[in-house]
Amino acid sequence: MKYFPLLWATLWRKKARTIFTLCVIVIAFLLFGMLQGVNSAFNQAVERANVNRLVTTSSIALTENLPYADMTQIEALPGVARVSHATWFGAYYQDPKNFVFSFPVEPEREFSVFPELKLPKEQLDAFIHTRTGAVIGADLARKYGWKIGDRVPLHSTIWTKPDNTSDWTFDVVGIYENPDDRSQESAFFFNYSYFDEARAFGKGKIGWYTVQVKDPTQSAQVAIAVDKLFANSPDETKTETEKEFQQAFLKQIGDINLIVTYILIGVFFALLFATGNTMMQSVRERIPELAVLKTLGFSDTGMLALVLSESILLCVLAAFLGLFAAWMMFPALKDYLGVVKMPTQVIVEGIVVALLLAFITGIFPAWRAKRLDIVEALRG
Amino acid sequence: MSAIVSLHNVVKTYTRGKQTVEVLHNLSIEIAQGDFVALMGPSGSGKTTLLNLIGGLDRPSKGEVNVAGERIDQLSSGQLAKWRARHVGFVFQFYNLMPMLSAERNVELPLLLTNLSSARRKQNVQAALAVVGLAERAKHKPAELSGGQAQRVAIARALVADPTLLVCDEPTGDLDRTTADEILHLLQMLNKDHGKTIVMVTHDPKAAEFASHQLHLDKGQLVEGSVHA
Repeated sequence: MKYFPLLWATLWRKKARTIFTLCVIVIAFLLFGMLQGVNSAFNQAVERANVNRLVTTSSIALTENLPYADMTQIEALPGVARVSHATWFGAYYQDPKNFVFSFPVEPEREFSVFPELKLPKEQLDAFIHTRTGAVIGADLARKYGWKIGDRVPLHSTIWTKPDNTSDWTFDVVGIYENPDDRSQESAFFFNYSYFDEARAFGKGKIGWYTVQVKDPTQSAQVAIAVDKLFANSPDETKTETEKEFQQAFLKQIGDINLIVTYILIGVFFALLFATGNTMMQSVRERIPELAVLKTLGFSDTGMLALVLSESILLCVLAAFLGLFAAWMMFPALKDYLGVVKMPTQVIVEGIVVALLLAFITGIFPAWRAKRLDIVEALRG
Repeated sequence: MSAIVSLHNVVKTYTRGKQTVEVLHNLSIEIAQGDFVALMGPSGSGKTTLLNLIGGLDRPSKGEVNVAGERIDQLSSGQLAKWRARHVGFVFQFYNLMPMLSAERNVELPLLLTNLSSARRKQNVQAALAVVGLAERAKHKPAELSGGQAQRVAIARALVADPTLLVCDEPTGDLDRTTADEILHLLQMLNKDHGKTIVMVTHDPKAAEFASHQLHLDKGQLVEGSVHA
């Protein structure tokens, strides 16, 4: 700690240069925080996937719908406890920016297959008995100030009615919570029966089935049995675990992990040069000052540690600012990605990367300071 | 008085490209404890090289260098750094202060290498600044000080760890006559009142008059030694 004033003063010796370098590192770590945060949050969501559940989709594509009638056959298979289904409604509220994750479902089936979604019984009953009823996540309700009894219009980008309009009106009859994962409180569920009656096309079809298995160790056999059931039919299926399904769903957007990794490698490679150059310059122009410190009795190792510490201070300070900014901005992504907060793991990873960056950019100038010949350096 | 600096048959050579230049030739000198010695001579005579050897900044090519009871030519680089911190205070011609640090932070630098507490370091820094008459300029940065004041800060930095020996390389070379005399009076006071042994390189005969001894070097050899009144 006693060296901190010396380090701090040295860091600000050339204010403009330090501020520019700091900004570059802050932006890089802001990017790191946001990208790695999204990546991590997605991975965490995949990891949290329920082991008791399988997802059955069309073997052709996720966007191909399946017959509703298949449900009875799936439910009759040994090892299957319950089946629910959902369809991608693709809707927004008032403005395309206000995207709403909305799905027509069968109320009883949905809340039985997804027990982590907590809905009071009277609200579930109201959902079952209200044709235009909708149950929404607590977070979604908070966002738009919706409450039970409200009529909510949504505009679907996919589903039209026979009168060619795409505006659908729902009555909010319940608000569900997911105490284990607050990021999963942003969905909008409404009655499949209403949806199927009112839509202009695709009647009798659903998007995907969620199959609850009795024994998770039997998941693989059940998945094979489901797909075998519809093999060589016009609607062949692909059944996978919820985890695999989520991974495949994310891959539809792109291999996020790979994209993030490539972007970050590029950013940090550029950063390495920028920071390395600053450190080299900073040491080069301070050669006589470093020689004076050695004259006063600072050892070779002490000089190495001093310059490395300077690099660490610069990189960790900037990384902290960048990660803090990312952490503050992260909730803004919630509307697009459903992710509520940046995983702590990203902060830890960021600090480790900052230390690594500091070491790589600091070691060469530090080594130069260590090997500095006092007499030569003082002579200038 | 016992010798605090003792050099025996010291040779110092430098290699410049393919050329080897012998700067000091079999030099032997002794400086007594409490002495104030002015090292004089023309440019290239080896004054600064000799000063660097005495201050432990450089090692001889041959010969023995004993300073403050230690054979410093045999110390490792790390041992020499510790030895310098304990025994030598340096004053340079161009002050060599850290421009981004205040006067008191500059003076504190040698104390960072000790185990003194923050409060104790502060106390010692104030005392050193008071000795050089700059207590009220403690918070000022070098750019806010005059040449003479900056050199006083440099002297305070050299003094603060209470070294055995003060090594000064042209301490008045960058100052006007009046300021130079003030600095030399200060060095004289440190020598007389505080018992500091001082070895000072200078070109200036007037500056040398402040010393109690003058050693003249020419072409790497001692020409004469004279005691000044």
